[in-house]
Amino acid sequence: MASALINVPPRAKRGEIIEIKTLISHPMETGYRRTQLGGAIPRDIIRTFVCTYNGTEIFRAELHPAIAANPFIAFSTVATESGTLAFQWTGDRGFSETESVAITVD
Amino acid sequence: MSRETRAMQDDDTANPGMLWVLEGESLWNKKTGDAGRACAECHGDARASMKGVAARHPAFDAARGRPVTLEQRVNLCRVDRQKAPPLAYESKELLALTAYLARQSRGVPIDVAIDQRTQPFLDAGRATFYRRQGQLNLACNQCHDDNWGRRLAGNVVPQAHPTGYPLYRLEWQSLGSLQRRLRGCLTGIRAEPYEYGAAELVDLELFLMWRARGMPFEAPAVRP
Repeated sequence: MASALINVPPRAKRGEIIEIKTLISHPMETGYRRTQLGGAIPRDIIRTFVCTYNGTEIFRAELHPAIAANPFIAFSTVATESGTLAFQWTGDRGFSETESVAITVD
Repeated sequence: MSRETRAMQDDDTANPGMLWVLEGESLWNKKTGDAGRACAECHGDARASMKGVAARHPAFDAARGRPVTLEQRVNLCRVDRQKAPPLAYESKELLALTAYLARQSRGVPIDVAIDQRTQPFLDAGRATFYRRQGQLNLACNQCHDDNWGRRLAGNVVPQAHPTGYPLYRLEWQSLGSLQRRLRGCLTGIRAEPYEYGAAELVDLELFLMWRARGMPFEAPAVRP
């Protein structure tokens, strides 16, 4: 499964507000459902999402069982300098996914 | 379909169906089966070679003597050419490949070929569409022709034009094929749903695509 789709403008002017959109493939199993035989389906969700901009944390989100599968997270930041935006999703069952995108600020 | 859902569908970075499309692209280029060939080795760049293909399916297959859906076409190619086992209906791989193929037909008008060979199957599909069935004794047309635009349990009844399959349904929280949707409808009228790939479903699919002829293809669509 292609794991994550990230949309960041490749170029931005210094001081400009940029929108960052992320979409990740994940079942977000709530832990409240049961199988047809009555057995509990264990919870399997993404717990946290963190975005860092040149090593500085600029956005963090906590996710909960009520969030639908394939969570879409969009937020904005101010473009300050060229560099990389790193994204990390961590969750149950040792789930961890990292992606990074380069941005040029002029 | 609300304005928000439409916006989600039209924005490739917000459309969850694109996750399957990306996966499909990697499967397209991956060698598989005993023949050790990838789809791309015969068909080349799907952006060019597969444009409009999904908008023409179900299409007549001479070897089988009947129309086949896009899913069946992929599996025929896998079994005959790639010597690989067929993919299960609604499996992640098959949805990914069909989503990738369908994506190449975005904007192409739906145009299934109706000729002497496919006419009997179209008629069979039409008969299924107008046949009352299930414990509720409903035919497809009673909702989708006579009552579209009205509400059924809070949802707007659509006109049943399958322009965007495989599509991401928010209710499913996943991508699904037209046959999954049809089976859901059959369960809704409390009929025994046909099996995936059953002749009745393929004929019905052919009739629905013929009924939607000329409408632009928009897969992978997003629906509530």
